[in-house]
Amino acid sequence: MNDTVATAVESDVDLVAALRRGEERAFLQLVGRYQPSMLRLSMTLVRSQAVAEEVVQEAWLGVLQGIDRFEGRSSLKTWIFRIVTNIAISKAERERRSVPFSSLDAGDRPAVDPTRFRKPPDPYSGGWLFAPRDWSAVPEDRLLSRETLRCVAAAIGALPPNQRAVVTLHDVEGLTSEEICSLLSISQTNQRVLLHRARSRVRAALERYLESGQ
Amino acid sequence: MNIPAADEMSCQELVELVTDYLEDALAAPVRGRFEAHLHRCEGCRTYIEQVRTTIRLTGEVEPASLSPEACETLLRAFRTWKVEGGRGTP
Repeated sequence: MNDTVATAVESDVDLVAALRRGEERAFLQLVGRYQPSMLRLSMTLVRSQAVAEEVVQEAWLGVLQGIDRFEGRSSLKTWIFRIVTNIAISKAERERRSVPFSSLDAGDRPAVDPTRFRKPPDPYSGGWLFAPRDWSAVPEDRLLSRETLRCVAAAIGALPPNQRAVVTLHDVEGLTSEEICSLLSISQTNQRVLLHRARSRVRAALERYLESGQ
Repeated sequence: MNIPAADEMSCQELVELVTDYLEDALAAPVRGRFEAHLHRCEGCRTYIEQVRTTIRLTGEVEPASLSPEACETLLRAFRTWKVEGGRGTP
């Protein structure tokens, strides 16, 4: 196998302690561990990669300056994410591009194209007219191919920012609904509506991709 | 195949409740109707599997990485912080 199996992974608690002592390797390990997630989160909150990188830089300064006050009541990840979110939102506001995360744009598309369902007076109105196809027939290496994942990434990138933020935090970063609601200051219901719309759109994009050219 | 009763959930209704179902946020009676529908509808079972696959693939998307310049800046910032805070051995 590889080295990572043999090498014990240092816990966040140990790394925080080492960072407080000023150990550079602890800082580098933390950067390696959290920077990709921070950048991903940041990119859901601001428009450009350049600004997103600035946010991450500032967030690390915030982490260094605040590390002595970190009490471990939340996980380190949540604490860092909060710093990123605060900086990103204030930057976005300064750029007059603030994202009203609580707003649910009315008239959003339904999860599935309505023409896929039967209509009255069909007695099976609301039932599938064009049922979804079974993807278990799609080989795993095609599902996980770079092209398929690029399609998923593009679909996420095309989502409205609040949907993108929620699906990224929930399905990519694995944060709990409670953590997401608290980070983005939205209600549980809003959070689920945004997640639902985001997943529905990504599924539809994946369907178009996987079922084209077959 | 029987014509569905009036209180039965339709496929079109079900697809809008999938996230609430997967997040375990459906009220018990709705969950009952949801599962009853799922039990007899292959199309909707397939749909839910598609959504599960979508969630799994979403989790596989590669993260973006910081530019090398940004990493350099970070390291400089760390060293400054360390010196100013008088941490560790100089």
